[in-house]
Amino acid sequence: MIAFLIFWPLLAGLILLVTRFDRAKELALAASLAELAVSIFIAFQFDKDAGNQFSLTLSWISSLGINFSVALDGISLLLVLLTTGLIPFIILSSFGQPTRPSGFYGLILIMQMALIGVFVARDGFLFYLFWEMALIPIYFICLLWGGEGRARITLKFFIYTLAGSLLMLAALVYVYLQTPAPHSFDIEALYTAGGSLTGAEQSLVFWGLFLAFAIKMPIFPFHTWQPDTYAVAPVQGTMLLSAIMLKMGIFGLIRWLLPMVPLGITQWGPTAILLSVIGIVYASFIAVVQKDFKRLIAYSSIAHVGLISAGVLTLSKIGIQGAMIQMVSHGIIVFSLFYVVEIIFDRTKSRALTELGGIRNVAPALSSVFLFILLGSVALPLTSGFVGEFLLINSLVKYQLALGAVAGITIILGAVYMLRAFQKSMSGESTPKTSVFHDLTLQEKVVLYPMVLLVILIGIYPGPIMDISNVATDNILKVLSDFYASTQ
Amino acid sequence: MVSNDLLTILIPLLPLLGFISIGLLGKPLSNRAATYLACGSVLVSFVISFILFIQLLQGASRIEVTVFNWIHAGNFNASIGFLVDPLSSIMLLIITGVGFLIHVYSVGYMHDDAGYNRFFSYLNLFIFFMLMLVMGANYLVMFVGWEGVGLCSYLLIGFWFKNQEYNKAANKAFIMNRIGDLGLLLGVILIFINLGSLDYAEVFPKLASLDSGLLTLIAVLLFVGAMGKSAQIPLFTWLPDAMAGPTPVSALIHAATMVTAGVYMVARNNLLYSMSPVAMELVLVIGLVTALFAASIALTQNDIKKVLAYSTISQLGLMFVALGLGAYSAGIFHMATHAFFKALLFLGAGSVIHSLQGEQNISKMGGLKGLLPITFITFLTGVLAISGIPPFAGFFSKDEILAEAFRINYFVWGLALLTSLLTVFYMFRLLFLVFYGKPRVSEEKMHHLHEAPRSMALPLMALAILSILGGFMNVPESLFGSGWLNGFLSPVFAASESFQEASPSALSYSIEYMLMAFVLGFTALTIGIAYSRYVRKDVIPSGEGSSMSGLQKLSFHKYYIDELYDTMVVKPLFWLSTKLDEVIEKLGIDKLVNSLGDIVVQCSNGLRLFQTGRIGSYVFAMVVGIILMLAIGLINSW
Repeated sequence: MIAFLIFWPLLAGLILLVTRFDRAKELALAASLAELAVSIFIAFQFDKDAGNQFSLTLSWISSLGINFSVALDGISLLLVLLTTGLIPFIILSSFGQPTRPSGFYGLILIMQMALIGVFVARDGFLFYLFWEMALIPIYFICLLWGGEGRARITLKFFIYTLAGSLLMLAALVYVYLQTPAPHSFDIEALYTAGGSLTGAEQSLVFWGLFLAFAIKMPIFPFHTWQPDTYAVAPVQGTMLLSAIMLKMGIFGLIRWLLPMVPLGITQWGPTAILLSVIGIVYASFIAVVQKDFKRLIAYSSIAHVGLISAGVLTLSKIGIQGAMIQMVSHGIIVFSLFYVVEIIFDRTKSRALTELGGIRNVAPALSSVFLFILLGSVALPLTSGFVGEFLLINSLVKYQLALGAVAGITIILGAVYMLRAFQKSMSGESTPKTSVFHDLTLQEKVVLYPMVLLVILIGIYPGPIMDISNVATDNILKVLSDFYASTQ
Repeated sequence: MVSNDLLTILIPLLPLLGFISIGLLGKPLSNRAATYLACGSVLVSFVISFILFIQLLQGASRIEVTVFNWIHAGNFNASIGFLVDPLSSIMLLIITGVGFLIHVYSVGYMHDDAGYNRFFSYLNLFIFFMLMLVMGANYLVMFVGWEGVGLCSYLLIGFWFKNQEYNKAANKAFIMNRIGDLGLLLGVILIFINLGSLDYAEVFPKLASLDSGLLTLIAVLLFVGAMGKSAQIPLFTWLPDAMAGPTPVSALIHAATMVTAGVYMVARNNLLYSMSPVAMELVLVIGLVTALFAASIALTQNDIKKVLAYSTISQLGLMFVALGLGAYSAGIFHMATHAFFKALLFLGAGSVIHSLQGEQNISKMGGLKGLLPITFITFLTGVLAISGIPPFAGFFSKDEILAEAFRINYFVWGLALLTSLLTVFYMFRLLFLVFYGKPRVSEEKMHHLHEAPRSMALPLMALAILSILGGFMNVPESLFGSGWLNGFLSPVFAASESFQEASPSALSYSIEYMLMAFVLGFTALTIGIAYSRYVRKDVIPSGEGSSMSGLQKLSFHKYYIDELYDTMVVKPLFWLSTKLDEVIEKLGIDKLVNSLGDIVVQCSNGLRLFQTGRIGSYVFAMVVGIILMLAIGLINSW
């Protein structure tokens, strides 16, 4: 079953790449819907009281102790569902046909395969492999279908994230070499080996992994590739990057960093939290003065992700559970926000807030959808955004009151920049650009209405998501607490 | 017989359903249907609230319902749960009762507005959140309501969204409230972290286990929330701007209900505040300063709604004075009577504005007494009530606060009295300028002048009756009453009594009579001064005239607080944002990264020769690579 999740999108993607199928969008959509159906089926089979399930281990390069080892626990499952749930909508969200459609949609599907691989891998090498594989399709999507200045910007993005992942590879290999011979990349073996390292070694490994993850999310000050890339990428690329791919970084923190280097965390965790919190405030401030709608959302995403990473690094259950639900919520919200921007761009050929305004007069449906999503983004209670943000701030306040208070500024500044964006785009009198503006089409409604519904449903009844990630979170924290208990 | 649990849940659920149905059905729904849905749902909620109220009267101490487990993570647990006790019961009656009257009034007021249905859907949503706020059995449900009413306030202030000035006012209200909300949120989180629960029933008994510094911190943080929502110094400047919303909104949200949320919250947490003398002191001082400060601004304002807005801020300050003195039920009493007469005054003002096609400047009114008789009589009732003329509602509630202040601290009493007298003055100034003297209305507007339609007149009359009779719910024993409200609320405030500082014993009746006579004497004098100035001498405020003295000018310009905030907070914030973006971000961090990147690019120049430039080949190579690796692995494993 889990093999299907990984290889089905790969197969479908390859077929599209090779055949240059005319109706690529429909085929990709069908493939991604099949994938979604299977993942939902798996979710229903999932036992929330157990840890790893649907495990599959095939010996692969056995001389090096590398296995094709995958499994699902609650944390993986949520992110897999986020991926399989959003991809069909991302495919559906494109207007008309891009040039070379089969290449475009084929790459999206291959991307999906790599993302799911990252979330289910239980082998260090396999994890690294999927991690890098995810970069390749998104790089081409941005490079070939992106906007002005894409060559320089995507190259920067590519090199930046590649540099990070090479550090990660080095860190993983270093830990791998500490495993008892014959060495193994198995995740449990890496946890044990990592824990046995000295404090100084763990610090090195910590930074190797953390930098890779921090660049991916991105965390201040490793974020400067992000706004440019988000702005220049085709919107489907931006959605992939922001709604799903950045979760690889947070997932990496939870799955691969925390349990592997407990001493590294005690040593450098506070620094990482500080960077995250600085990033929250820093990015919020910058978002306030953005004129380009897409860049505004890009910066808001940095702020939100900073909070998630800080919460994870408090090593508390509330923090990690909060991170899980916030990842899901952020994925839905940021996807919808970018789509709203794209719809506006489609009608007006503009993303400049100064040129917009008055859209509410002519497009009430779009305006209402935007408002709901915005409320999720500013974490209004009874939206999905509140549950996560409340738990995350809670974990930070417990960690340290002052940091929690500073991080909490995000609920003020978030309102400042999002309301400003709403006012400048939706309210007021129509401008020359917005006077002729047709409201949401059926296809757009099909994409956006479910998102609004999810934002509210998760906000009112987040229980199932909490239940799914409950045991997996306990297991991660148990590795840590066992370690700390044994060293005392 | 329907269970109390179900009834309790229905109270907030009905307005929510009203909102959802009006919102989802949208345009096809006729205005008429929307009216019935919106008004009907609130009316039924009122009836249910009344039934529960009767049950409390008959001896039920409290009704608690847990609906479902909302958020649980680790040791954190919060349910959607409701609590109906005497305090929330009083709030329920006010919210649904006054809320219903204002719904009915809006039918007439908004009848030709294109956004009629949208307006009613927002109003219902507001009622829902307001009910959540006061019915919540734990801090988190209260917070849901707290933020939710802020949202509705935002939506309704900016209801006429084509006007960017209104939108600015809406944004300002939301953002200022959010500053307060952050304080509230941190306070709530600290309660959970230290006491392991957010349920009132679990938290209150455990409060004694906290050390006094933490208690004070929590109490102050919660009060920061109250400052935002109840428009107290320093977070008050959003409320006057909020008058941009339709007048029924000002009456419902920005006078009778939402802005009293802070008062409710402090009263709900009376035990916490009573345990922290420092926090109590803060509540008292902030309330007192705000009361006086806002009243002094109201003296010179010429916009009928702005006068009432500053009056609201001032009266809210007075309520906090009561709370800060530990006279919780006096604070709630004044909140209740204020809800009646201030809603009445706003609706009366709305009727005036409506009949003058949007005119809000009182220097352009005058002489409307005979032309709008119903509006005049009801407005006069409101003015008498807020001025504390017996036996109108405001007399009893204000008198109780003043008596409490006199009992505990003469200085507080003096300033509170001064505030009351200023209130009397600006209210009669308003009354005289609008209804007395010669009409200053333009010929054309005079032509269209009409008295309020029935749907507007009836709520005015109902509120006028409440403003007359409302005070009788708590007549002091000195005036042969029984202090019913105090008795009804006493279970809620019982626990905090032991923490009150030993204060001078109750006033003797003779002193109470003397105080009343003293206050009434000054009130009469103040009315006399206002009468001679605005009716006999016919002084018309001219707006930004040169005739103003320095102090008048300061008051007229609201002490330049908005300008001050603009220079001290808003501009620096944008300056900082711009600098962070232009300097640190683009010239600092990004430059550094790029120069690192350049090095890499130069290194890779040598490798360029391997690049063919055809995507197909890259992707193909990648895919072949993956498949090969997987294949090798699988073959090996056989």
